[in-house]
Amino acid sequence: MYNKMLIAVDGSEHSFRAADEAVKIASLAKECVIDIVLVAEFSKSKDEILHSQGKEELEFSRQKILFPLEEKLKAEGLTYNITILHGEPGTTIIKHANEGHYDLAVVGSRGLNAFQEMVLGSVSHKLVKRVDCPVLIVK
Amino acid sequence: MVNKIKREWVSNVRGDILSGIVVALALIPEAIAFSIIAGVDPMVGLYASFIIAVVISFVGGRPGMISAATGAMALLMGPLVRDYGLDYLLAATILTGIIQILFGVFKIAKLMKFIPNAVMIGFVNALAILIFMAQVPHFVGINNVTYVFVVITLLIVYIVPRFIKSIPAPLIALVLLTGIAIYGNVNLRTVGDLGSITSSLPSFFIPDVPFTFETLAIIFPFSIALAIIGLLESLLTSTIVDDMTGTESKKNREARGQGIANTITGFFGGMAGCAMIGQSVINVKSGGRGRLSTFVAGAFLMFLIIVLGDLVVQIPMPVLVGIMIMVSIGTFDWSSFRYIVKAPKGDAVVMLVTVAIVVATNDLSKGVIAGVILSAIFFVAKISRVSVTKQQEANKLSFNVQGQLFFASVESFMNAFDFSTQNTDIHIDFSDAQIWDESAVAAIDKVMQKYRENNNQVTLIGLNSSSERMVDRLAIQRI
Repeated sequence: MYNKMLIAVDGSEHSFRAADEAVKIASLAKECVIDIVLVAEFSKSKDEILHSQGKEELEFSRQKILFPLEEKLKAEGLTYNITILHGEPGTTIIKHANEGHYDLAVVGSRGLNAFQEMVLGSVSHKLVKRVDCPVLIVK
Repeated sequence: MVNKIKREWVSNVRGDILSGIVVALALIPEAIAFSIIAGVDPMVGLYASFIIAVVISFVGGRPGMISAATGAMALLMGPLVRDYGLDYLLAATILTGIIQILFGVFKIAKLMKFIPNAVMIGFVNALAILIFMAQVPHFVGINNVTYVFVVITLLIVYIVPRFIKSIPAPLIALVLLTGIAIYGNVNLRTVGDLGSITSSLPSFFIPDVPFTFETLAIIFPFSIALAIIGLLESLLTSTIVDDMTGTESKKNREARGQGIANTITGFFGGMAGCAMIGQSVINVKSGGRGRLSTFVAGAFLMFLIIVLGDLVVQIPMPVLVGIMIMVSIGTFDWSSFRYIVKAPKGDAVVMLVTVAIVVATNDLSKGVIAGVILSAIFFVAKISRVSVTKQQEANKLSFNVQGQLFFASVESFMNAFDFSTQNTDIHIDFSDAQIWDESAVAAIDKVMQKYRENNNQVTLIGLNSSSERMVDRLAIQRI
């Protein structure tokens, strides 16, 4: 089974569905090490700084996003690490995934419509193309 | 030390040089437009951007942050330039720098944490609105082709980045539309109509103002406002860059650095500036991390102006207007609408008042100061709520005090007691209360005396140790 798994979470509905699937897979292989990655997006940085009073509050508000997922992982008795990265979601996850030599990367599909996808580009598509390990996209 | 210099300057040479060039290109239209907002020649903003960026790259506290001529500062200096002229602005710029250096030396940057985020949100929104309003006279009611150019500029700056990421879209709009305007001989106002460009490096000179107390009285209010707003925006920007890069920065060194940069700028014919949120974000996104990126941004900007000076005067105003509208849209905090609904009412009011006062007075510093004062009042009002619950047992009456006891809350504390009680054993429990000052102690003393007048036995219980010290120090008789 898998020994090292990456779960990319952005706080969206889709990313949690993906995480749920990752938990299911990992529960079959309890020795699997799970790295949860949350990308603090560059484009949201100004917004988040303005709306939080101080660094501690901002850090906590980011960690809070992962609480429900942590509960599930704990309930299954799985070991996990949390990494918060900064950058554009696509390139940052790709870099982290390729440097960490994972067996599997699990991500959610953001579910953009055709127009948004044309303009913004699909992050999950980028990941499939450029991450070296198998990628599981959950929709 | 040497290692640190190495890390801050040469650990990311390629990324820093490329991002610095991108920022220089994006700075040109802004530096010119901010000069026009301030009411000075474009060269004043361009020189300021060059000198501030270069100086701050050495003395700033936040590597990778871009400082130059900014909209917030330009808006503040408008009235000074209009009434007294450029030399007074340069003198005010130097004084701004000196004030900021003092702020840095005396570690005033720490006081920034007293500025609540409601005021910061109000500040960026007000700034966005003022930048937009400053554009209106440059495109409304001139001619139809002006409107067309503004719209085309906006289309370019919002659509092109989807496809071309390496060149800043405002520059593409600038080059393309300036070319069309020149070759098509389109009837548009240009930068040249509002000022001139000289293709030379800035030189040192002392502003031509009388060195009198009267001059100081004129420039000081502007300088203090510029110093505060400059630091406000610089420290906000540095926090954003800290977050984006996941690194720390030195806030007091940044305050001092901003001061040094502004002082030098004033002596070289540039206007006061500060850190720029938009440009710093562009820099980090383009791969800039070190001091070199800021240096390259300033130096390359100057190089371009020397080479291309003659073309700069031909830039059509509507293109700059379009770029400034983009800047104002980018500056505005669009989640504010949700904030007004979701945030605590007091915070929403503080934010709106900050915006309203800035828009009404055209002065960012007044809005910020009013916002800080208002939120302080709200805070005091919030924590000055004291509740006293009463419990009657046989021959004993006990009161439980909850909250913060200080000058603002003593009145509601006193009003909670009914002094008609007679011949009773009264206990006042302070377990859930904190006594802060003399007026609180005085109020407690008064309550005790009034009860004693009616032959009651009063005992204070549950004072925590700091409250007890307060009471002991002011020596009231308790038994």
